[in-house]
Amino acid sequence: MSRRVRRLAPALGLVPFFGYLTIFLLIPTGAVVVGAFVEQDRASLSNIRALGDEVVLRTLWHSVVLSAESAVVGAVLGGLLAYAVVTGRPDGLLRRSVTSACGVLAQFGGVTLAFAFIATLGFSGVVTEAGRDLLGIDLFGSGWLFGLKGLTLVYTYFQIPLMVIVFLPSLDGMRVQWREAAESLGASTWQFWRYIAGPLLLPAFLGSTLLLFANAFAAYATAAALVSQGSPILPLLIRNALTSEIVLGQSHLAFALALDMIVVVVIVMTLYALLLRRTSRWLR
Amino acid sequence: MSTARVRARRRLQAFRIAVFAVLGLFFLIPLGSMAAYSVRVPGGGRTLEFWKQLGQDPDLRSAIVTSLELAFLTVVLMLVLLVPTMIWVRLRVPQMSRIVEFLCLLPLTIPAIVLVVGLKGVYAWVTYFFGDTSLTLTFAYVVLVLPYAYRAIDAGLASIDVVTLSEAARSLGASWFTVITRVIVPNIGAALLSAAFVSVALVLGEFTLASLLNYTNLQVVINLLGKSDSQTSVAASLASLVFAFLLLIALSFVGRRRGARRASRDLVPAPQPSMTQPSKKRG
Repeated sequence: MSRRVRRLAPALGLVPFFGYLTIFLLIPTGAVVVGAFVEQDRASLSNIRALGDEVVLRTLWHSVVLSAESAVVGAVLGGLLAYAVVTGRPDGLLRRSVTSACGVLAQFGGVTLAFAFIATLGFSGVVTEAGRDLLGIDLFGSGWLFGLKGLTLVYTYFQIPLMVIVFLPSLDGMRVQWREAAESLGASTWQFWRYIAGPLLLPAFLGSTLLLFANAFAAYATAAALVSQGSPILPLLIRNALTSEIVLGQSHLAFALALDMIVVVVIVMTLYALLLRRTSRWLR
Repeated sequence: MSTARVRARRRLQAFRIAVFAVLGLFFLIPLGSMAAYSVRVPGGGRTLEFWKQLGQDPDLRSAIVTSLELAFLTVVLMLVLLVPTMIWVRLRVPQMSRIVEFLCLLPLTIPAIVLVVGLKGVYAWVTYFFGDTSLTLTFAYVVLVLPYAYRAIDAGLASIDVVTLSEAARSLGASWFTVITRVIVPNIGAALLSAAFVSVALVLGEFTLASLLNYTNLQVVINLLGKSDSQTSVAASLASLVFAFLLLIALSFVGRRRGARRASRDLVPAPQPSMTQPSKKRG
């Protein structure tokens, strides 16, 4: 008995940590899952059924399209930038400044980013006015910046740097010897990329793209600051459900919508983890 | 060098210059526009009026103070909660390390907008115990910064021999408390500093939880200001961005003492650190 107590005693040191995370992480997450199945203090499927509503489905679709578009554009452009960085000197000033700039800009979401684009392409934005005065073209249009197209553009701004950060280590893992070996066997540049570098980098590239997708899918602050009318994407619909209490006649709709988001993120992250396992086999 | 090689090299240079030029413009134009927008006078000309406003607007001033207080409290609570736990796990209960790591990285996969839905109920109790003040956001912010802080501290602990150090101290009669506070913590100073910097940067930029839990912080006020006085709000945005930038530059200098590329990696929201830290696995 006393030996057992002695063996368990060190685990007591973890009680504050687990207690804290239970209250502020596990209970809230559990509350979302449970809350989605409750309506007016009773177990009910009405909120889950409300997820099939046309408005909710359309919003979910918009969210998925926005995340996918910004992830693909971010992955391609970020991949090119990462390659341009990696072909330079490994300890050069250029590389160091690009990676630290990317570290900041990948986090540069939120209200600040929304205002940056309002100052650029908003109705009286600097670029909009320059276009009006110098070229006589109307870049503002009918306010596309404040819709889905605008969100895609604005999201790209933090997706590209994030891609550089997550993809750079994989490019670093490429060996110069592989290139030399291929060349000495007579491979062209195209053949090298098609048969060696491409297949090696593909899992890492797809994995990074999935990460970018999840990143855009979860983003809220930028969209909240940019879009004040309507709720074109899922996070904004949750805001609507939280602040105006009852949407579609469901008081617990926010919980069901949040569960919807968890499901999508978990699927994406599972795929990401599977791809990661393939990646780590070669590029280390 | 053969001519084919030279041609390939030249093509690569052209490609690199093109990429840097195009993407450089894409990233600099919005930043430049912010600067220009914040000093513009509607009729023409320039003014620093809106920048002066930053120090004078009472709402903005109190919001800046609140956000700085939140950053400080979050860092303190994060360190108090995380550092002893992580050291304890390494020393006494290594079989729990996977669970602790999983819990610490979990917030990366739960979007803040989802967390806020579940936190509403918890915060009813928090307000009951601590009163209705914006500073209670600290509790949620500790969860948000957990993954980044965990990675920074974990890297610091991996770079020293925790077990040998503590055995030496214990055999000389030190208590567990002394081992943690006077032997191990001084050895991971750089890691703690980078964990603190990342946390400060994240807290100063946080908007989702504050606005949806109906509290006020810097970003919430900047957002409100945007509706009435857009030029001051752009000036405030640019100022907070420059501040975060300086903070992270400082971080990259701290990080360079142990592994030059740590700083940028700590900011990557990846649930599995293995892909972003391949060199660590090898070493």
